[in-house]
Amino acid sequence: MRGYAGKLLEVDLSSGNIRETKIGEDILRQYIGGRGLASKILWDRLGNRWSEVDPLSSENILLMLTGPLTGFAPGGRICVSGKSPQSNGIVGSTVGGEFPIDLKCAGYDGIIFTGVSEKPVYLLIKDSDIELKDASHVWGKGAKETVLTLVREARKEFEDRYRGRGLLKEPSMLYIGPAGERLCRTAAVLAKWSHAAGYGGYGAVMGSKKLKAILAKGTGPLPEVHDMERTLEHINKIIKASLNAEFFRRWGTGSAGYSVGAELSSEPVMNWQEEWHDEKSFGVDKFEPFWVKKFWGDFGCATTCLKLAVINFGPFKGSITDNPDYENQAYLGPNLGVFKPEGNIYLTALIDELGFCGIQTGNLLSFTAELYQRGILTRDDLGGIELKWGDAKAFSDLLKMIVERRGIGDILAEGTYRAALKISEMKGVDATKYAVTCKGIAIGAHGIRSGRDYPHYVSYPCSVQGGDHTSVAYIPLNHGNSELTAILYDSGVVCWFNFFSQEAQEALWGLIEAVTGWKITPDEWFNVLSRRILNIQRAALLLGGPDLKWDPRIHDDVPRRWYEPLTKGPYSGKSVDKAKMLDNVKEYYGAVGWDERGIPRSDELKRLGLDDVDKELEKVRRELR
Amino acid sequence: MNGTGLVWIYRDYHRCSGCRRCEIACSVKHEGKIWPEASRVRVFMLVPGIEVPHLCAQCHDYPCVDACPSGALSASKETGAILVDKEKCIACGRCIDACPGKIPYIHPTGNYAVICDLCDGDPECVKVCSEGGWNALQLVKGSAGYNAKLYAKTPEEITRDLARVIYGEEIAEGI
Repeated sequence: MRGYAGKLLEVDLSSGNIRETKIGEDILRQYIGGRGLASKILWDRLGNRWSEVDPLSSENILLMLTGPLTGFAPGGRICVSGKSPQSNGIVGSTVGGEFPIDLKCAGYDGIIFTGVSEKPVYLLIKDSDIELKDASHVWGKGAKETVLTLVREARKEFEDRYRGRGLLKEPSMLYIGPAGERLCRTAAVLAKWSHAAGYGGYGAVMGSKKLKAILAKGTGPLPEVHDMERTLEHINKIIKASLNAEFFRRWGTGSAGYSVGAELSSEPVMNWQEEWHDEKSFGVDKFEPFWVKKFWGDFGCATTCLKLAVINFGPFKGSITDNPDYENQAYLGPNLGVFKPEGNIYLTALIDELGFCGIQTGNLLSFTAELYQRGILTRDDLGGIELKWGDAKAFSDLLKMIVERRGIGDILAEGTYRAALKISEMKGVDATKYAVTCKGIAIGAHGIRSGRDYPHYVSYPCSVQGGDHTSVAYIPLNHGNSELTAILYDSGVVCWFNFFSQEAQEALWGLIEAVTGWKITPDEWFNVLSRRILNIQRAALLLGGPDLKWDPRIHDDVPRRWYEPLTKGPYSGKSVDKAKMLDNVKEYYGAVGWDERGIPRSDELKRLGLDDVDKELEKVRRELR
Repeated sequence: MNGTGLVWIYRDYHRCSGCRRCEIACSVKHEGKIWPEASRVRVFMLVPGIEVPHLCAQCHDYPCVDACPSGALSASKETGAILVDKEKCIACGRCIDACPGKIPYIHPTGNYAVICDLCDGDPECVKVCSEGGWNALQLVKGSAGYNAKLYAKTPEEITRDLARVIYGEEIAEGI
């Protein structure tokens, strides 16, 4: 087996037992790693009782998996997964950083966490020297203090334990903030200051397991590859292509907070009441002065699209975050009526510090603000906060209520969709029409009404990861924007942002072969391998439960907001056409082998050798009759 | 030797992107593998956002060479780099103790000290850093003289100095 360390760590947090698990080569050849392997492991272990497993209970399994390309493809990334407390399905949620590199260099392709610890713990890995350690002293602490404290402690410990061989680099880490600890369903798993695996809500799963952090230091090399010379050749092709993307390198996604609004009219503005703005106060030129580091990246990346933003003056002094990247710019900017970089950097930094996902939580904040705008929630309901559009301080007060689960914060901590259901009940109104989500997952900051951005009608409704803008359904299925391509990136595990170009996409197939020795053709990937993963994810999503289940006839749809026409900007009047929507959904079902109700067909599942998935889906077929 | 004469790797920490392509290039050249902990230049990140490429500063008085009890270390007359004779090295770690920046280290799987050899005057790390336009590492011809030794600092010292400027004192003190 090439490109893999060859084993996984399995940590039972209930007993404290730590052991190694091996996955057979035939399984790896089929499911690769990351999102694919996570789907396989979750299905094998939980598939036959999926609907009964509460994602925030000890029964859930938390996975952190690299792939064979991790460390070789530019930009280190790891995939976090488990049963999602947002969709009740499986989400492959990736995050950048050197943690996956350290993990592979320590000899492990990933970690499987089961059970629940009695008290807060963190896992410390130094090669095969691994232990669970008490984390009581950092439980409740924000990102900065958690990172500084645990890295300092680990370095001291390594210094004492491995004396005489010189300095080791610091261990890399994944961790949660208070949002994860308090089981907020919009909590992320974090790396560095501001890197986040946000989609899926796995910060809450980590919190439910009382797992504060994982620190890893690997001193070995990355695993042996099939052909090193060709591996380097393909890496260099990808790097050359990245270096050619000059605007993207210079601005990262940080120029889009202005242009996706002004040019594409596809940016959330005040909870998607609009998707257009032309506020030059939010231009990339206004963000640039805050960038103390203009190129910032993760292991092996030539793009380095991140930028480090710091505010050293005024009321928002002390804010530290990256870029912010487009998603945080949009969701914690125009989406909240905030059109100045300072307010946006401040809110993004606070989101990071508390351990929230900026997309999911930005969506939740704007949802709440719209309810306030419409008088459905009052100042009293909000504990005295006047939640006006554009008031960054008011939104930060609300964030604190949510993370402390104070007053209405306790309901909001369940995420936009679940909160909408509860508030509808409480207030006797239909609040779900202001929830811009799909399958319990807030929609990424790329709208479809203007038709100018990359997502299409079916992108979110038919995605197995709901509102996730990095994994959208798309026809043709073998397109670079297709969900089947996203599955490849998330299983590899590689960073999408180094694969925008044709050259890089082509080099990826060569890289897979050079690293693993397996000849996987696009044909095999798009017709067989990716389909298995897609269908396992679809099955888990349809089985859902225990608190919510999705009916494709209702929920394979865009948020209701998008049937309302845009009223501002060059695309004023445009909305989603319901008849066309239904047609496109049916067309997609046909293309991926799902029946007219959106359930994977028996013959298709049998073709893929997924007989057990077919058997479990009988329940859904009966329920949706 | 390719006759480039004395060279020095100038380091501009503010410009380091943290991409660690220098570690990849160095370890591929010297180890034939991607091996961050066996790279002659290692990027420390004691605080996220403050990445510190840590490599030999070529002190004018070479304290590591003086401290070596087995005659394994020598300074290259051509480039000014410290050369490690793996056969003679006994991995005693005295060069590490003698280095003001604790820059040498014992190879993770071998029994010898690892120190930057400047790739005979044409360092791979500098090439990839220039290619990316980061220029955190730049090749300077000639000798840095007494100033070179000022750069032989531990990752903590360097990080504190930078963190104070970039993030303020609170974070600098937390390292």
